[in-house]
Amino acid sequence: MYIPHTKSDKEEMLKTIGAASFEELVKQVPSKFLWPKLNLPAESLDESQAAARMAGLAGKNCRPLSFLGAGAYERYTPAAVKAITSRTEFLTAYTPYQPEASQGTLQAIYEFQSTVSALYGMDCANASMYDGASSFAEAVRATVRVTGRKKIVYSAGVNPQYMDTLKTYFAHSADYTYVKVPMKDGAMDKAALPALLEGAACLAVQTPNFLGLIEDMGGVAETAKKAGALLVAAADPVSLGILAAPGEYGADFAVGEGQSLGLPLAYGGPYLGLFSCKKEHVRQMPGRIAGLTKDKDGKRGFVLTLQAREQHIRRDKAASNICSNEALCALAATVYSSLYGPEGLKELAESNAGAAAFAAERLSAIKGCSLKFKGPFFNEFVLSVPGSAAKLREKALARGVDIGLPLVPLFPELGETLLVCATETKTEADILKLETAIKEAI
Amino acid sequence: MTCAATLDNRLSIEKSDPGRRGLWCKNPLRAKANVPANLRRKSPPRLPELSEFDVIRHFTRLSRLNFSVDTHFYPLGSCTMKYNPRFNEEAAALEGFAALHPLAHDTCAQGTLELIHDLSARLCELCGLDAITLQPAAGAHSEFTGLLLAKAYFENKGETRNEIVVPDSAHGTNPATASMMGFNTVNITSKPDGRLDVEELKKHIGPKTAVLMLTVPNTVGIFETNIEAIAKAVHEAGALLYMDGANFNALIGMVKPGDLGIDMMHLNFHKTFSTPHGGGGPGAGAIVCRKHLAPFLPVPTVKKEGGKFVSDFGDARSIGKVKAFFGNTGVLVRAYAYMLAHSAKEFGEIAVCSIINANYVAALLKEMYPSYSKEYCMHECVLTPGPDMLAKGLKTLDVAKGLLDRGFHAPTIYFPLIVHEAIMIEPTETESKDTLDEFVAAMKSVHDAGIADPQSLKDAPHTMPVKRLDEVQAARQPNLHW
Repeated sequence: MYIPHTKSDKEEMLKTIGAASFEELVKQVPSKFLWPKLNLPAESLDESQAAARMAGLAGKNCRPLSFLGAGAYERYTPAAVKAITSRTEFLTAYTPYQPEASQGTLQAIYEFQSTVSALYGMDCANASMYDGASSFAEAVRATVRVTGRKKIVYSAGVNPQYMDTLKTYFAHSADYTYVKVPMKDGAMDKAALPALLEGAACLAVQTPNFLGLIEDMGGVAETAKKAGALLVAAADPVSLGILAAPGEYGADFAVGEGQSLGLPLAYGGPYLGLFSCKKEHVRQMPGRIAGLTKDKDGKRGFVLTLQAREQHIRRDKAASNICSNEALCALAATVYSSLYGPEGLKELAESNAGAAAFAAERLSAIKGCSLKFKGPFFNEFVLSVPGSAAKLREKALARGVDIGLPLVPLFPELGETLLVCATETKTEADILKLETAIKEAI
Repeated sequence: MTCAATLDNRLSIEKSDPGRRGLWCKNPLRAKANVPANLRRKSPPRLPELSEFDVIRHFTRLSRLNFSVDTHFYPLGSCTMKYNPRFNEEAAALEGFAALHPLAHDTCAQGTLELIHDLSARLCELCGLDAITLQPAAGAHSEFTGLLLAKAYFENKGETRNEIVVPDSAHGTNPATASMMGFNTVNITSKPDGRLDVEELKKHIGPKTAVLMLTVPNTVGIFETNIEAIAKAVHEAGALLYMDGANFNALIGMVKPGDLGIDMMHLNFHKTFSTPHGGGGPGAGAIVCRKHLAPFLPVPTVKKEGGKFVSDFGDARSIGKVKAFFGNTGVLVRAYAYMLAHSAKEFGEIAVCSIINANYVAALLKEMYPSYSKEYCMHECVLTPGPDMLAKGLKTLDVAKGLLDRGFHAPTIYFPLIVHEAIMIEPTETESKDTLDEFVAAMKSVHDAGIADPQSLKDAPHTMPVKRLDEVQAARQPNLHW
């Protein structure tokens, strides 16, 4: 319990209030509702007991050598990132409603927006969304508002969880239609685009796509534009250390999962939705946005701005209901990017691509295994395996290696396959262990 | 705030020096990368080039420009800015929790699944409801999830109901969520005390009504004394009663919302359950509901089967996913650590002390800042500047800025909308009598200074890193990045 009141504090305070007892304060609550029986522990734990309980639970999660990716990536979190995000002046502040008392958070958000704009090559970014999936859904919603159209065209390589989340966001109406661009050798079949895009609000593409392949975005924005559709691009931010930026190939909205920028995996969250767009769509951005301005002495300062889009002003006319952002995660991502800089991010991206290339080379040489697709990939790839991929995974897990995600439930048309990911955290020795684990499991 | 902290206000990019580095990635495997040239970016991103020490000094300086719960009393009404126990942070950082991949096999995630299972059971008990999802990332996201449940529930019954009823005292997220979901919002005028008029309510509900969204206690800090009659009217119309749980800190351990006749409610872990606000997030939310709504909850949920914990993907009635993966699990770990530190009785003590604190502040300030409500409040009080201040042209905004100069974060201001010049104070149970006495003294000092020299208060703050900022300029010519 974290309450400072002693018995005499409470008595004295009630006396000041002028109430004979606490019960008098809650007379407004019908008494039959007060103090029900609670089937909860009669004793709380002291901190050392609680620590033992938490350590016990954490210890029940096993820690295999893991090659899982599929939208969440194992990263090293630098000590300097932890040092800054654990500063409680950041940790225990709230949304900067009083800008004069929140310049630290506001400047950090401004620098985060700048980092996202630079990485994605876009004109502006917001103060963040819940995660990559909600950023993706909000970007598609924005294209519907801009174009007045309700047909959503998406590449088959978009993360299926992003599509599920999008469909939930649009669940209130049966008017929306979803058209999938077929796959050709694991990537988007660009030849199919002109016919599919007629009357579409947007073309939503993910690159590197869910299967790890890098989409060739040359000419895609132009094709979309001809049809009057906007281009939404989802991209892993670390991949942008080397890969073409969405702004370079003409995306109107660019989104991503910011977990990749040094945040812990934490079984799915908290993560960080990155959201950016061209400047003509700035007022379509959902959520908080920090802007640079001056105080009345002309000194530089920061405020939350363009608030006329938001729920606390517009209520039922707002662009979105979103109220919070992921400021602390955004701070972590900003510190991470500032520490590595453009050269370091390039090295990180190259290390991911190199580790995955080496893993692909070793695993495809195993008898009965092969790469499902020929195209260039970033840090994950699809491996065809002999027999049940799910069974192989369980056998290898028993040997302490998680060999990747079986794709049968999500992409049955690909047959027995694994999505294998190697990030910069993996060494040559780790990949050789993976190879052995798969061989033994087969 | 020292002078040194305010002097160098450069952006990180303005401190950049080409060729300088903080961290390297020297994995030898990078030599194996073979990404074709046509897929590569043409120009590098414009990011700062800094040493690690540059970065640490830069962000440490920024941190010192903030007010925070740890450094300042932060009485933001509706936000429950209570102390965030350090133990929660340590628990969440345990490698076993932090390094677990969201697609880990259930056999590798037994600890986290057990935690979620136990947390779910305890929360259902506190709320007096039957089932729960922990997938929403925040309060507004929970509201969205709750309305999806309602929609699925009525579709399953073959009913079309397209109206959400919201009192005018509600949080802005209620109507925004309703319209985001394609519902029509029906606004009801509250009674002057902020309560809902049951007769007025009956005029606005009927066969088209899907849900009444009600904040309990309401945003004026008052309990809906007629809650039973409200629930009865809503259910007679065939609709559902949703409780906005933003103010659950006033009830925890003392009242089970399920007993009040509600069908579902949301929780904000960053409010009631002490997880840090992080400058705006991350938070986490939950929807807790009755049995009849359970089949529609998002997937996965966790169930226990033969001594093992497994992810349960439900059936076709589920609304699907509102977020990738499981939810903000890292926040849930913190909330669970907090729950371990409370017995059944100690949860009730949270409600008791939060209510005493709010009434104590209201009582001591009543001469200078009259309460909007004429009765006792629950966990927060809504005040306004007194007639003498208003007569001098002083406004709530001036009070807020004057408080900053005296080392206190401002309360929530201009909310709820139904109160003119509202000052909404939520002290929370973790603040001591001493701190509240100091706050009251500061409020009185603001009053006296304002009466003596109104212009000086209108120019406040005087001691912060910046003075009042030009928000009009910021919105007219947005400068959103370097």
